[in-house]
Amino acid sequence: MTRLVEQFEAGLEAPICLTWELTYACNLACVHCLSSSGRRDPRELSTAECKSVIDELQRMQVFYANIGGGEPTVRPDFWELVDYATTHQVGIKFSTNGSRITPDVAASLAAADYVDVQISLDGATADVNDRVRGAGSYATATRAMERLAAAGFRGFKVSVVVTRENAGQLDELKAIADRYDAQLRLTRLRPSGRGADVWDELHPTAAQQRQVYDWLLAHGEQVLTGDSFFHLSAYGQSLPGLNLCGAGRVVCLIDPVGDVYACPFAIHEQFLAGNVREPGGFGRVWRESELFLELRQPQSAGACGSCGSYDSCRGGCMAAKFFRGLPLAGPDPECVLGHGEHALAARGHANVPKPSVDHSRRPLRGTPLPMHGG
Amino acid sequence: MGCAASTRAHVLDLDAAWRLHPQVALRPESFGALAYHFGNRRLSFLKSRKLVAVVEGLDEHGSLRTALESASVTREEEAAYVSALERLASGGMIVPVR
Repeated sequence: MTRLVEQFEAGLEAPICLTWELTYACNLACVHCLSSSGRRDPRELSTAECKSVIDELQRMQVFYANIGGGEPTVRPDFWELVDYATTHQVGIKFSTNGSRITPDVAASLAAADYVDVQISLDGATADVNDRVRGAGSYATATRAMERLAAAGFRGFKVSVVVTRENAGQLDELKAIADRYDAQLRLTRLRPSGRGADVWDELHPTAAQQRQVYDWLLAHGEQVLTGDSFFHLSAYGQSLPGLNLCGAGRVVCLIDPVGDVYACPFAIHEQFLAGNVREPGGFGRVWRESELFLELRQPQSAGACGSCGSYDSCRGGCMAAKFFRGLPLAGPDPECVLGHGEHALAARGHANVPKPSVDHSRRPLRGTPLPMHGG
Repeated sequence: MGCAASTRAHVLDLDAAWRLHPQVALRPESFGALAYHFGNRRLSFLKSRKLVAVVEGLDEHGSLRTALESASVTREEEAAYVSALERLASGGMIVPVR
């Protein structure tokens, strides 16, 4: 029998973790938004185009899709698309800030098979959450969780981006998820989208990274992490979850206009593999795009080649490196051995790439982060 | 190996009939297949084509033992295949025929 990690690195017939962002429109303006969402893109896929993508996912046996945005529920055809997917053997897990989870919606979600919900929450307390996600967003998320729990929805997800502000709240965040009979999901803050603007202030400190690692060693089996934290395995032990970069191999992103990127954190022309509107559709992009075929080849370790931890951390996250202006073959900016900090200090500021896609609502972009001192 | 196999057999009765859960779909992959359970949303990996053959053949056989035999699983391989089947059983991917 084959080692699964090697099979994953060589790519699968279809993704197992497909993120599909249905719209760039969003009623919030989170400071770390990975997709720089805010305004709807006029080229957004139509209902019919979305349905034909779903047909193709069914043919490819992509068993479920992670729907996001923007705020996906603001699309007028959102529930129609969810119904269409689930009746075509494509299960849906959608991420939401909770603003549209009315008691009626909660009841119909609780009754639906093959639909899972993920409520975004970036702090165990309103002050921590709202500094990142905006005033009132903690109350909105809490109300949605209460409604889902009251409707009898078991095991929905509470999705947290780990930051410097909430890294010390992991126990409290897990307690919140437990209170609603939900499951905690933790992901890594990447300098993607508007995250690039706040990464310096918000990414966990080295000491916090160690705490997150220890916490995941103790609780990792009960929380979801996807492929977020494999860079931490250079501390010693592998963590539960996917210990490799899945980009273009087992993971990819379809964005609201049908562009296919290697991963949700890599919305930039350098990681654009194709578009679902092209002949051959999504399947052809997945199977044949030059970018994805190249990602499925053995990758160069670059400056990490002489490091004894490379087999554990695999050099870390491609998107994190790219959006910090670091070479893809080399250390992650948050390398736990400190090699990333040295690389950042050495690279200067000239090479940091600008985002090539930005749907932020104009007056908000560039607004200073309302953070307290220190 | 023989000993391990016979110990394992107490956990999973090789003489019982099993089948793929009706809500499970298999997607062929170069290494074997990916199994997805639409009910409990679990994903499992069938890490060899022979294991795929065993699982796909369950319906046609009155026992796990004959399903293993007809997929040409050897005595030496049996323990590994039985433990793979146990993992599938614990995830609800395969279920006993009642």
